Amino acid sequence: MITTRGAEAKAAGVARTERYGRPGAAWMRLWPMVPIFAFLLAAFVYPVAQLLWLSLFGKTGTFTVEHYQRLFTAPVYFTVLRNTFEIAGWTTLLCLLGGYPIAYLLATTTDRARNSLILWVLLPFWTSFLVRTFAWIVLLGRRGAINSFLESAGLIEAPLALLFNMTGVMVGMVHALMPLAVLTMLSVMETIDRNLMPAASTLGARRGQAFWRIYFPLSLPGVAAAGLLVFITALGFFITPALLGSPRQTMITQVVIQQVEEMLNYPFAGAIAMLLLAMALFVFYLYDRALGMTTLAGGGTQSQGGTGEQGPVASAFSAIGGMLTAILGRATDCMAILWEALAAGKTDRPPRVSCRAVLRLGVTLLLVFLAAPSFFIVPVSFTTDAFIEWPPKWASLQWYVAILEHPTWITAITRSLIVGFLTAALAMCLGAPAAFFLARTSFLGKTAAMGFILTPLILPRIIIAVALFYFYARLGLIGSPLGLILGHTVLALPYVVITVMAVLKNYDQRIDQAAASLGASPPRVLWHVTVPLIRSGLIAAFLFAFVTSFDELTIALFVSAGAATTLPKQMWDDAILKVSPTLAAVSTLLLVFVTIVILAAEFFQRRAAHRA
Amino acid sequence: MHQPKLKTKDLRKTYGPVVALTGANIDLEEGEFVTLLGPSGSGKTTMLMMIAGLVQPDSGEVWIDGRLATYAPPHKRDIGMVFQNYALFPHLTVAENIAFPLRMRGMGEIEIRREVARVLELVQLPDVAHRLPRALSGGQQQRIALARCIVYRPSIVLMDEPLGALDKKLRDQMKLEIKRLHTELGISVLYVTHDQEEAMIMSNRVCLMNDSRIEQIGSPTDLYFSPRSVFAADFIGESNLLDAEVAGLDGRDVTLFGSAGGVLKAKIRDGFSVQVGEAVKLMVRPEMLSVLQAGAKADNVLEARLLDVILVGGVTKTYARLADGKLVAATGLTQGPLDAVEKDASIRLGWAKESGVVLPRDGSAA
Repeated sequence: MITTRGAEAKAAGVARTERYGRPGAAWMRLWPMVPIFAFLLAAFVYPVAQLLWLSLFGKTGTFTVEHYQRLFTAPVYFTVLRNTFEIAGWTTLLCLLGGYPIAYLLATTTDRARNSLILWVLLPFWTSFLVRTFAWIVLLGRRGAINSFLESAGLIEAPLALLFNMTGVMVGMVHALMPLAVLTMLSVMETIDRNLMPAASTLGARRGQAFWRIYFPLSLPGVAAAGLLVFITALGFFITPALLGSPRQTMITQVVIQQVEEMLNYPFAGAIAMLLLAMALFVFYLYDRALGMTTLAGGGTQSQGGTGEQGPVASAFSAIGGMLTAILGRATDCMAILWEALAAGKTDRPPRVSCRAVLRLGVTLLLVFLAAPSFFIVPVSFTTDAFIEWPPKWASLQWYVAILEHPTWITAITRSLIVGFLTAALAMCLGAPAAFFLARTSFLGKTAAMGFILTPLILPRIIIAVALFYFYARLGLIGSPLGLILGHTVLALPYVVITVMAVLKNYDQRIDQAAASLGASPPRVLWHVTVPLIRSGLIAAFLFAFVTSFDELTIALFVSAGAATTLPKQMWDDAILKVSPTLAAVSTLLLVFVTIVILAAEFFQRRAAHRA
Repeated sequence: MHQPKLKTKDLRKTYGPVVALTGANIDLEEGEFVTLLGPSGSGKTTMLMMIAGLVQPDSGEVWIDGRLATYAPPHKRDIGMVFQNYALFPHLTVAENIAFPLRMRGMGEIEIRREVARVLELVQLPDVAHRLPRALSGGQQQRIALARCIVYRPSIVLMDEPLGALDKKLRDQMKLEIKRLHTELGISVLYVTHDQEEAMIMSNRVCLMNDSRIEQIGSPTDLYFSPRSVFAADFIGESNLLDAEVAGLDGRDVTLFGSAGGVLKAKIRDGFSVQVGEAVKLMVRPEMLSVLQAGAKADNVLEARLLDVILVGGVTKTYARLADGKLVAATGLTQGPLDAVEKDASIRLGWAKESGVVLPRDGSAA
């Protein structure tokens, strides 16, 4: 007996030595990445690949390029393509021009000022696209706020044509995408050492020289990344050109929707979507060749260390860039010298007007442009009139009553809430473990894995929507809430992963190590130490995922198929028929609701940042 | 007329209700090395920033080379500044970084090339001209930052904790390097640090700062041997601060009643006056305090209980407790292996009356 027990104990000892003597298998540690990858492969990669297949082989299964041929030969589509590029190009340019000063001010101000200013950028970023588009209808219409103000001020005699043309589309798109440009540029500008500009000025550079020679070149990767993201996102737009433009501003996504909804020509729609995908990938390729992908993730300046050797193209570019910045520097200097001569700077008292004050004024105006329009929706929702008009005729709650009395609105709202909640829950289950893994381990292909997870964020949504439409049609998931949830989860995952990773970046892992050394097993460390400390960050991630789903239209447009209508889908259907004050009332409710959710998310995220 | 390189008059800066600096008067002579020394939050960086023109004072004046420059923009001040993290331009090569201030002054390309080569030689890094800053080690980056700052021969060089990011060994090396450049080039330097050793090694004069104002300005020797406040005595070096009360005055000679018993003799410095009955502190450096052998005599003697004797290396430290409960330390050169310490043994500590410094008790400078 005794000997056997001894032998057992010895055997156990051997087993333990074996177990602890060797490192665990490498693939075993990858488990947190398995669910998210499996999900994305099934609900994102496979459908998109299938769409590509379909566009090349048609329904009969034989290879054909007829759909692509039609795309390039029919003049209609060529015009649409040109429109799309033109609108996306102008949008990108204006977003960068307007966004740069905002990002610059945010990056160079105090932490406290930035935290409050950034809310004004984030608020429109998270306000429903539809709400913002309706707001521009209120502002830009023939009898809208701007025209009626200008008329009453006696500045114009006839109303200006601001809506249903290129102006309307530009205003709407720049407004929609400028926050994206600001946030992307900011992420790079924040990595620029704040001492560089003061250093340049102590070395004898005026502000202009210091900015153009030092700050601007360092911020360029951010500008390029912002340009890329804005351009690609703009390529896939359809809400703004459809509601604020005329048929002459038709963009490619609208053609996809038309082909699917009216013509039922799926392979052709697939071909268009694929063309869009190809364009997006081509732009990415160009960007990668020029700058490298790392800057996209806010990595700041390229970190290829060493001697500063460059290829011939890049060095030619940097030579031209160097000359250009030198010229710009000199030009701003000449202006500054002229200014100094006129307003002779005294050394015994502070200067009266600083460059900073001018910048602040400009940024304030831009922030008003970004944040204010949504609020014009609110008064219109209380009008007694049957039209959207400025100023609205006060005051009745009839449009709110109309919503409450109409069952379609109520079911749409309920469905959106449920779908949003379940989407957020699913995205958290899949995304949070991956975020932990990505934030804490470094492994080969980490950047690629990160890039893969972020792809749904960067690709035009219409591609995912059309792909899912085919995929679901085969599975019978069209019109089911499950289909919506799966689709929305694809879109929400990047937000969850980014938010959780951001929180973990500030988390001191030694706290976990301390807990482990005190005898807690990994699950208990997670449950008793890590999760309570980052709870606020997790809540924020959940809310971001929720809002992503709650506000989503593209996928809902295809997948709900009139049966499982969500709130944005219902609003869209209504808006296509007629823009009535009911929409203003719904928008107001949505505005209030989303604002509360976003402020809550922000609050939790900041609290998380404080704690970690 | 004699003109200091730099002179500040009553500089004051507040951030909201917080006073960052008040009543700051300092001057820097040609070729002098002055250090602003103080704990964090004492206002030393604020002062440097105002001299550089990167922060605007609420009131007061800054004179550089005899010209009023209080509100002049930084680029017109003829100053050079070395930042804590060097602030090298990451997208420019070392040569371009150093050429930057010369370009801003419109110097020709040939001259620029010559000057860049000259300073690179001076900081002993002639071969890194075409590298980017991030390809250099911390110490090398530090030298390049120095080179960029001295290449255009500014009137004054300001340095904001330039050695803060380096490890101990490199720091010791760079201290001597900066001192060498200072003597070789004869530049005027205003240096900020919280490290007293740095300040003592490099400076002609040290400006000790505390609580948003200047506590004391003087040579390192002055500050060490004649501190004017409890703060100065405590911040620089080690000190024993004994409570005492003035018993009698005779010119510069004072007698004190120590709160640990005994009548103590000391001298007070010129310009400081005390009254009989006033409570003061008596500062004695540990190395001035010696453990007296039986029968040995000293100007001042106190009884104490032995706590511990520690061999630190070249010196041996004796810790003891006075009758009033005060802990004191005496440092002496190590004479040989330690004997076993007899805890609680009664010992006598003694010091000469010239080594005691009488200080006002409230902690502020007189």
